Amino acid sequence: MHYLPNILFALALAVGLGFFAMNVRKLFRNIKLGKEVDRTDNKSERLKNMIKIALGQTKMVRRPLSGFLHVIVYVGFIIINIEVLEIMIDGLFGTHRIFKGVVGTQLYGFLIGTFEVLAILVLIAVIIFWTRRNIANIKRFLSPELKGWPKNDANLILYFEVVLMSLFLTMNATDIHFQEAGVGNIISQFLSPIFDGFTTENLHIIERSAWWFHILGILVFLNYLYFSKHLHILLAFPNTYFANLNPKGQFNNLESVTKEVKLMMDPAADPYATSTESTENQVPEKFGASDVTDLSWVQLLNAYTCTECGRCTSSCPANLTGKKLSPRKIMMDTRDRLEEVGKNMDANGGVFKDDGKQLLNDYITPEELWACTSCNACVEECPVNIDPLSIIIDMRRYLVMEKSAAPKELNMMMTNIENNGAPWQYSQQDRLNWVNED
Amino acid sequence: MIVTTMAEMMAQGKQPEVLFWVGAAGSYDDKAKKITRAFVKILQQANVNFAVLGTEESSTGDAAKRAGNEFLFQMQAMMNIEILNAYEVKTIVTCDPHSFNTFKNEYPSLGGKYQVFHHTQFIQKLIAENRLKIDETTLKGKRLTFHDPCYLGRANNEYESPRDLIRRLGVNLTEMKRHKSTALCCGAGGAQMFKDAEKGDKEVNVLRTEDALETNPQIIATGCPYCKTMMTDGVKFKVKESEIVVKDIAELIAEANHL
Repeated sequence: MHYLPNILFALALAVGLGFFAMNVRKLFRNIKLGKEVDRTDNKSERLKNMIKIALGQTKMVRRPLSGFLHVIVYVGFIIINIEVLEIMIDGLFGTHRIFKGVVGTQLYGFLIGTFEVLAILVLIAVIIFWTRRNIANIKRFLSPELKGWPKNDANLILYFEVVLMSLFLTMNATDIHFQEAGVGNIISQFLSPIFDGFTTENLHIIERSAWWFHILGILVFLNYLYFSKHLHILLAFPNTYFANLNPKGQFNNLESVTKEVKLMMDPAADPYATSTESTENQVPEKFGASDVTDLSWVQLLNAYTCTECGRCTSSCPANLTGKKLSPRKIMMDTRDRLEEVGKNMDANGGVFKDDGKQLLNDYITPEELWACTSCNACVEECPVNIDPLSIIIDMRRYLVMEKSAAPKELNMMMTNIENNGAPWQYSQQDRLNWVNED
Repeated sequence: MIVTTMAEMMAQGKQPEVLFWVGAAGSYDDKAKKITRAFVKILQQANVNFAVLGTEESSTGDAAKRAGNEFLFQMQAMMNIEILNAYEVKTIVTCDPHSFNTFKNEYPSLGGKYQVFHHTQFIQKLIAENRLKIDETTLKGKRLTFHDPCYLGRANNEYESPRDLIRRLGVNLTEMKRHKSTALCCGAGGAQMFKDAEKGDKEVNVLRTEDALETNPQIIATGCPYCKTMMTDGVKFKVKESEIVVKDIAELIAEANHL
């Protein structure tokens, strides 16, 4: 019976990590449903971006208040995780505060003291975050796309953090030996008087319970990630690594179009000749995107990375002037549709069965897509380099090239370009008239 | 005004130092034509050996591409590249950030590789080479704010060249609260120039004009013909056209130098 806690702990750890591995596999599979795009170039620049933007949070702090609070929670999260390592070793081998013996009382006290201070700072930051989301009437937290689950998701994450931090501090406050040693109990020494009337045995039970709930809570949280916007804590790293490195104004040139245009412009090409390379039943490549599988894997990774902060939407000229377009909603819709496709595959033995739905119209409407000015404000704002604009353009491409469904005025503009080489109906012969006008 | 075309240059067996890509707005739109003429005057004052394509110029295809019509864009691009390469064009300057962007970033992989300048960059270069001076007395002390064109700023990270020229004009520059990388679009990009806006509670150009009005300017400067149109319309909407002028930096330099 002596080993029962160790066995239970190993079991909990195995189940927690096992489920997490399953989630990660699903995540990979879904992201890989996207089209191939080469992001193997410029490895050093990519690494630099990842270190600067994801690890260094450089784009977060452009908005000082929320940026600063986020850095606290982020640093707290990473550093307090050293404690989790100790918990795991203690749990598996039945030791107690194993690091104390390894690094010595003084250094150990310094470490735990740091964790305690961070824990209290995280608690304060999380309370401010909660207030901003629920009371402060900040416009980007009131958008229609946040109604329902997204709002609950955001609050749940905050509650999780409150509980985890409180458990950590309670655990330290009720650890008699730790309090008696008096090194590193910077915050918990003020909490321990709460437990003054308790017997040694009860204190031990509370300490053990806090310890167990803390680690179990972490395992639950780890598995909650996949179902939450909170995935960004992991995906921010690959997302910033694989992000577009070209100038933001550069839109990709569709190679499938280049092939056809070259053929059209080649005077030697025989338009009636059948290509010898293509087989009979080849489906012609679709232009643009109407569903998530038409997007690239980077765009799908973007969708899973988005944590719905809404900085994009709060800087979008269309959204600021009351149009339906919200870049954040573009990302949320892409993720939700991708999840739907993934679940469909899970239910049908790994193969997608047509559900009569797609990203276009069922999630994102043409009205949203046509409101975009392609100004790149959303791309610039995103703290983790998500690119909503590329999805908007790919979907416009589908509307125009596959469905001829551009707004009437844009069709006129394009007809003018075709006929007289200008978006307006002026003769090309008048191109130089400005020379003689004053 | 005498402007040479590439065809005329070729007939004389000459090659210009730079091709001035006028663009559709610069060729046809009344407000933009003023930018075109101002820039030509600057080029001539600096004795730049330049040429235009004239009637051989066609749409870059930029607006079609932003609207999603990749076919039309690539058709236009390849036709333009054929002409530009036939004339052995090496350097292009344009007053339109949209043309600038597509030439610089999207033409190369289709076979059109040129050194591309936005006109503010080119004027900066002329000053650095001691070929041009800006008279800083004419507009001295005027209150000015600058609206960053998205396709120059965020799209290509060029915030400095227009500001460098503004400083040389001797004016008092006050930045809007949203400027440089956080600048608000004028509302014309992404082919919006050619269509009505979707339903909303305000026009984008009005919101941007309000940003500008907060700085209490006498001049709103831009570096893009479409921005100029949008901001001019915004100022009119606010009934401020008697107090505030909207001008391209090229127009301001031409004015400063009494061209």
